[in-house]
Amino acid sequence: MIRRLLLTVWLAAVAAATALAFQPPAAQSEYVPVKDLPPVDQLPAAPLLVAAYSFIWLVAMFYLWTIWRRLGKVETEMRALEQRRSHSRR
Amino acid sequence: MKKAFLPLLLLTTAMFAYAPVVIAHADYESTMGLVQKVMYFHAPSGMVMLISAVVCGVASALFLWKKDPAADRVAIAAAELTALFGLIVLVTGPLWARKAWGVWWVWEARLTMSFVGWLIAVGYLFVRKYGGPGSDKLGAALAVFGTANVPFIYVSVNIWRTMHPMTTVVPTLQAGMRGAFWFSALTLFLLYGLLLTARVHLERQRAALDQLYLSEED
Repeated sequence: MIRRLLLTVWLAAVAAATALAFQPPAAQSEYVPVKDLPPVDQLPAAPLLVAAYSFIWLVAMFYLWTIWRRLGKVETEMRALEQRRSHSRR
Repeated sequence: MKKAFLPLLLLTTAMFAYAPVVIAHADYESTMGLVQKVMYFHAPSGMVMLISAVVCGVASALFLWKKDPAADRVAIAAAELTALFGLIVLVTGPLWARKAWGVWWVWEARLTMSFVGWLIAVGYLFVRKYGGPGSDKLGAALAVFGTANVPFIYVSVNIWRTMHPMTTVVPTLQAGMRGAFWFSALTLFLLYGLLLTARVHLERQRAALDQLYLSEED
């Protein structure tokens, strides 16, 4: 008798736990304005994304320009040196 | 390579310009939303940084072993690009972290080791610029140490408990994200190849200029 009773209680507990687990989320009791959210949730993502992409563009272009400039200096110096040498040979 | 440089540069620029369209069409990540799309440039930049550190280390080891000046030229070019892509990683990462984690920076394993890797590359460049005679060998030894740091940067997220996403994220990307990721990665790999070629050419021209001065002195 006691065993049947315990089994019934156990089955009822399992059924209740299962039913509670599959309950839909609680209904909203109030609306919260976005400005009241934590600062991180308020932060817009788009400017951060645009900043990241723009930074890569700027850095790549700037670096390519520095290579081009340095190469230009070296090649100008080479041409000047070769001209000087050809003049001195004459 | 000289003939292919300009068409490849134009292709890379076009891919860079088109990348935002590809990224905009990629699926949104469920928890991070829009800011997760920073990953399409941040992670490939990190990959390029690590590849470049390895290129620099291998070229430096070759220079120390065979005394080949061509290897040294590759090493110095790769070191500069490690510093450049490292800077991109260290700037784009915090832009993502600010929204995803709520902070710009955390001193956790992956971030700290990446920062150390970047410092080694910058240190190499300082040694080469201001080190005086013998700085080529000193810099080469430093670059080998920099390469030894690379596997630790990569596995740090799997070994230690960190906030940074794990290395399993990229191989398990869903079809809606995979295309955008590899498009961006290919763009950055191409950019790296072009910048490395241009930078090595600059070193070659500098060496030719030094030879001209030496022959004039003789």
